[in-house]
Amino acid sequence: MSLVELDGVHKRFGNLEVLSDVNLSVEEGEIVAIIGRSGSGKSTMLRCINGLEPVQQGRITVDGTEVTTAKADLNDLRQRVGMVFQSYNLFPHLSVERNVTLALKVVRKTPLAEARDIARETIAKVGLADKLNAYPDELSGGQQQRVAIARSLAMGPKVMLFDEITSALDPELVGEVLRVLEALAADGMTMLLVTHEMKFAKTVGNRVVFMHHGRVHEAGDARETLEQPRTPELTSFLNAVLH
Amino acid sequence: MIREFGFDDVLFLLLAARWTILLTLAAMAIGGAVALVVAILRIVPFRPANWLAIGYINLVQGTPILGQLFIFFFGFSVFGWNVGAWTAAVTTFSIYASAYLAEIWRGGLQSVPKTQWESSAALGLNYLQRLRYVIIPQAVRINIPPTVGFLVQLVKNTSLASVIGFVELSRAGQMLNNATFAPMAVYLTVAAIYFVICFSLSRASQRLEGRIHVAR
Repeated sequence: MSLVELDGVHKRFGNLEVLSDVNLSVEEGEIVAIIGRSGSGKSTMLRCINGLEPVQQGRITVDGTEVTTAKADLNDLRQRVGMVFQSYNLFPHLSVERNVTLALKVVRKTPLAEARDIARETIAKVGLADKLNAYPDELSGGQQQRVAIARSLAMGPKVMLFDEITSALDPELVGEVLRVLEALAADGMTMLLVTHEMKFAKTVGNRVVFMHHGRVHEAGDARETLEQPRTPELTSFLNAVLH
Repeated sequence: MIREFGFDDVLFLLLAARWTILLTLAAMAIGGAVALVVAILRIVPFRPANWLAIGYINLVQGTPILGQLFIFFFGFSVFGWNVGAWTAAVTTFSIYASAYLAEIWRGGLQSVPKTQWESSAALGLNYLQRLRYVIIPQAVRINIPPTVGFLVQLVKNTSLASVIGFVELSRAGQMLNNATFAPMAVYLTVAAIYFVICFSLSRASQRLEGRIHVAR
């Protein structure tokens, strides 16, 4: 069974159908780039995977746990599914280290010393070992986003969801965040990324999923799909973003 | 016998001010604990809890403190319970503080961005953990100024307890005025003591505010 599976998923906000009949399965170790115009449902799809948004129809399973039943233990599932947001969403009242140790201590009941070791290790992995005691408002956007990645990573997730994590960054800060993602990819992390970085999607992604009007409109091998799109919608989308 | 207003009288007022402060502190402690529960009931995603909290807040805010004081002081004797002035005053002002603080704190809790709820949920924190470790600490800073503002009101409003014979600062002033017939001297001193208490509170709140990290 695949690590992440979406089966006939429908999601509505009122009368607006944001996702209609979405099917997708992601294998362990796969890196899937999700692209599409704004409003095409790509972020919503990601948010359904860890249960931040409920769906009206269909089935989502992650690591053998069904997300879409009423009795799903979402808090347990979310320890295995990391998520990083466009606007970082660090906890502003906590230092970098405590941002990372919070969930370990509170959710996982990890002893403090051990939690701090894990935090130091993951923070070093994103290149911010010297910022352990800094507060989020003392960091640049790129640094904050790297801390957000470390915060998710510390829980040892099986899959990570990235929701346009470079979109809010100044252009010169995008590179440092993408390099962290590349390192994660090299470690074999399973990742689903909603992104506008086509070059990154092509070089690091195994697969590209193009969302259009709430459906998976075209999907396939990353390089092939981006270089030779089969549908006119993807062709016109790629023309629009590459210029 | 009418006598002069002197140093001993100032001392008498200062000692009476202890009861103003104690009454305020008691109301703040008990009322604050209740307010925290009511504020949380007001925002949890469970309608009946929200209605219960709203009902409580409206009931308390919609009735005068004076009326509540009389109800607790005289009303209970109808049932044979003899309630002293201190107990009646603490009960009244705790209830009064709980309703107003609940409404102030609810606003603070709701002003923490929704994305903070989401990012803590995404890490696996359950509802109460999100509140306790992420939302409340951030709401605290937002809530300091309006809470202290209310506390200043509370200090002054405790003077109402004088009508049920509780000897706090205002009641002590009345008593001294009856003995000395020096209303200007007595009430200016009383006012000055209230001012010192309230002004210190405001200063302390400004200090506290500067110390806490929060999103800007």
